[in-house]
Amino acid sequence: MALTANDDVSKGLRPGPNKNELSITANVTRKENAIMIEIRIHGRGGQGNVRAAELLAIAAFKDGKFAQAFPAFGAERMGAPVQAFVRIDDKKIRLREQIGKPDYLIIQDEMLMETVPVLDGLKSDGAILVNSNRTPEELRLNTKARVDTIPATEIAMEIIGRPIPNAIMIGAFCAISGLVSLEAAQAAIMEIFPGRIGENNVAALERANEIIQKRKNHVETD
Amino acid sequence: MLKQIEGSQAVADAVALCRPHVISAYPITPQTHIVEDLASIVAEGKLDTEFVNVESEFAAASLVLGASAAGARTYTATTSQGLLLMTEVLYCIAGMRLPIVLTCANRAISAPLSIWNDHQDSMSIRDSGWIQIHAEDNQEAADLHFQAYKIAEKTFLPVMVCMDGFILTHAFEPVDIPDQDKVDAFLPPFRPRHTVDPMYPRGLGLFADPRFYMETRYIVHRAMEKSEATIKEVSEEFNKAFGRQSGGLIKPYKLDKADLVIVAMGSVVGTIKDTIDRLEEKGKHVGLLQVCSFRPFPRKLVYQMLKDKTNIVVLEKAISLGRGGILGSDVRWSFPRTEQIDRKISNFIAGLGGRDIRMDDIEAMVERVEKEHVEFDFLGLNRDLILERDL
Amino acid sequence: MKSAVKFEKKNLLASGHRACGGCAQALACRMVLDAAGENTIACVATGCLEVFSGPYPDPSWRIPFLHSLFENSAAVASGVETAYRALKKAPVNVLAMGGDGSTADIGFQCISGMFERGHNVLYVCYDNEAYMNTGVQRSSFTPFGAKTTTTPGGNRLQKKDLPQLAVVHGVPYVATATVDDYRDLQQKVKTALAIKGPKYLHIFAPCPLGWGHAGEMSIAISRLAKETCLFPVYEITDGKLSKVLKIPLKKPVEDYLKVQARYKHLFKKGVPTTEVALIQEIANQNIERFNL
Repeated sequence: MALTANDDVSKGLRPGPNKNELSITANVTRKENAIMIEIRIHGRGGQGNVRAAELLAIAAFKDGKFAQAFPAFGAERMGAPVQAFVRIDDKKIRLREQIGKPDYLIIQDEMLMETVPVLDGLKSDGAILVNSNRTPEELRLNTKARVDTIPATEIAMEIIGRPIPNAIMIGAFCAISGLVSLEAAQAAIMEIFPGRIGENNVAALERANEIIQKRKNHVETD
Repeated sequence: MLKQIEGSQAVADAVALCRPHVISAYPITPQTHIVEDLASIVAEGKLDTEFVNVESEFAAASLVLGASAAGARTYTATTSQGLLLMTEVLYCIAGMRLPIVLTCANRAISAPLSIWNDHQDSMSIRDSGWIQIHAEDNQEAADLHFQAYKIAEKTFLPVMVCMDGFILTHAFEPVDIPDQDKVDAFLPPFRPRHTVDPMYPRGLGLFADPRFYMETRYIVHRAMEKSEATIKEVSEEFNKAFGRQSGGLIKPYKLDKADLVIVAMGSVVGTIKDTIDRLEEKGKHVGLLQVCSFRPFPRKLVYQMLKDKTNIVVLEKAISLGRGGILGSDVRWSFPRTEQIDRKISNFIAGLGGRDIRMDDIEAMVERVEKEHVEFDFLGLNRDLILERDL
Repeated sequence: MKSAVKFEKKNLLASGHRACGGCAQALACRMVLDAAGENTIACVATGCLEVFSGPYPDPSWRIPFLHSLFENSAAVASGVETAYRALKKAPVNVLAMGGDGSTADIGFQCISGMFERGHNVLYVCYDNEAYMNTGVQRSSFTPFGAKTTTTPGGNRLQKKDLPQLAVVHGVPYVATATVDDYRDLQQKVKTALAIKGPKYLHIFAPCPLGWGHAGEMSIAISRLAKETCLFPVYEITDGKLSKVLKIPLKKPVEDYLKVQARYKHLFKKGVPTTEVALIQEIANQNIERFNL
């Protein structure tokens, strides 16, 4: 099969009957108005930021979407500011640039906001989720985007016993964005974390999800 | 099976499926996950192989040289400083025609120290007699390893699979990892051509005086030229066996209607494709020629693909300091002198030391070369950091 | 025996570097530099130290430092020292520094050369028992039984004895030290710098991230390594054992192993596996060899 200038090797190979047989270098049928969503996660090394990105990507994958997750890199170090990126789309993701204009921000460490310009590039119709005991109003963030908070570290300590907020942040994110299903997030956690740890993280995920759902219902009934 | 995994994991899984007899590598960021994942695969009993933790990259390359010379299918991986440290050995391996496969997790070179991606490392080995193929994404990175062993064991030339450090090695994306039986059908057991074996005593790596040395170089050079056909064939066989296009010599994208063509290698190709689509919505027709096989450089095919294009821009992540672009030079060389006159071939260096290449940067580059011929320039240089007295 | 040496604190490795909380290497390096003083040049290998202390534009070094590669700090230091002699400049302290890899593995050739040629350089090794900067892969300093990412089931090989290798090279002063006894560590630096020729100082440096313990435990773990006799502290001068820290109240190795996640697999539900006895054997051999 000789290649000519007319060949567009991104053109489809047919998807198989089972989604798992999808030949993935193909540009799968583009959904009308399919838009890629970009999520940027900020935290400190040791808080499971990269893991959070991976879990979101696995969950999106399980939901039948295409996902790409990657970290912005520094040396291996605890406590240093870390960024991780996630892209979710209904078609294959080819873009490799770091996320400069996120639709969503997930801030795993509240204190970071004082020293790192986490809000940079956030779309005005975007949304931020901050790991914090304070309410969005108390945070007083200089942004037009929607702000949500959740005391993720507290919940983590209570349910998991370690101050790693990622499962909680993901649980809240599922409820806030609707981008990724709770079931897929649960499955992603169980796939990556063995036994007890997985179960605890799933419980934390569910608690966070509940909290946000309750808030939403509360607001709707007002 | 389709999985959402890290690029390094995809490569480790692919390498394991190739059933190497001996693996030896020295950890260096950002190749580390590949080595660690292989260590886990071996520890879990999923791969029967000798996995040797050595004291340096020089030792790792030397060890796989010995193992390959003894008839084993071997694997190693490195990047940047490690690749440079094993340079002497790499020349030996090519000169000895040992079909070793190496993953280079492309990274910039010290000094100053950088752990981030560019192509300077593998570029520094381009003259050594190693076949070098660049992956666009993690699916291709995994697939190229199956192809690499087949190519190497047919041509008796070592193969370096290049994948962008961090950008691909540490990216989590969907990759199809085939089943063992399909891989076994595609990649038969290694049949060495020349080994050290008391049953058939041979010397490998002899001392060649001026009467003999030059011919050995001619032979490797010709073997590399001929390997172009093998690289293409193996990619086609792969497509037949696994149902997808991976590797090969070059890949065009939206070339036929293009008024301007970008030539590039590696992961930046993904960003370029998105930019091309975005420009198309604005009514601009830009195409891409992705170079997969950098060595051997498929000059005839590049010429054939681009001969009707008058505006070409080469975007690359390496530089020959004191000379200019490397890929740019190779692309220009693909055109006969007479055919370079009415043609603009511009050359940009970008992304050195891991600097992010954004769609906006590529669009700006396109706008610039639409108006002028840029012989050579850097994309996104921060002039505030440059002091006249340092030049 | 209380040392008459004053504890030097000049912060020649300035705060604000990017080491992990509890990094014993950062602590040890500052102690070493403060003992050596301002008239010192450090040649540093690639590794955690260089990466956390040397980023452009704000390195933490308040003395001149030179970094080139992972494997050559000893050769680079040899060059600096040679130039000072060739140029007949006023004497300066020349230090070469590195971790596991740059000392015992990839850098072993250069350190052997430096020792053998007899350069007037103090080589300081920060031993955190694995390649930490690249993500906890095993080194030849990884002790038996320890889990690393390239020995996921626990290391089966023995720790390389670099102090002994230095002695065999004829190095006039070889010493080991720990960060929990800063006076001893700084005294050893000063003793070494007063001797002409190659010197080797091996410092035990717990790594919270790589070993799996809290940052604030680094000093305690350092102490436990001594008390369980897994890390003997001694000086060898002109080939003869000249000073040893005796351990009157020896602790069983379990006390040391139990507090680090890298040894967690050696205990099944709190009960030690047979490997622990083998590790105790190593401690017993140290006791006998150094008369601890």
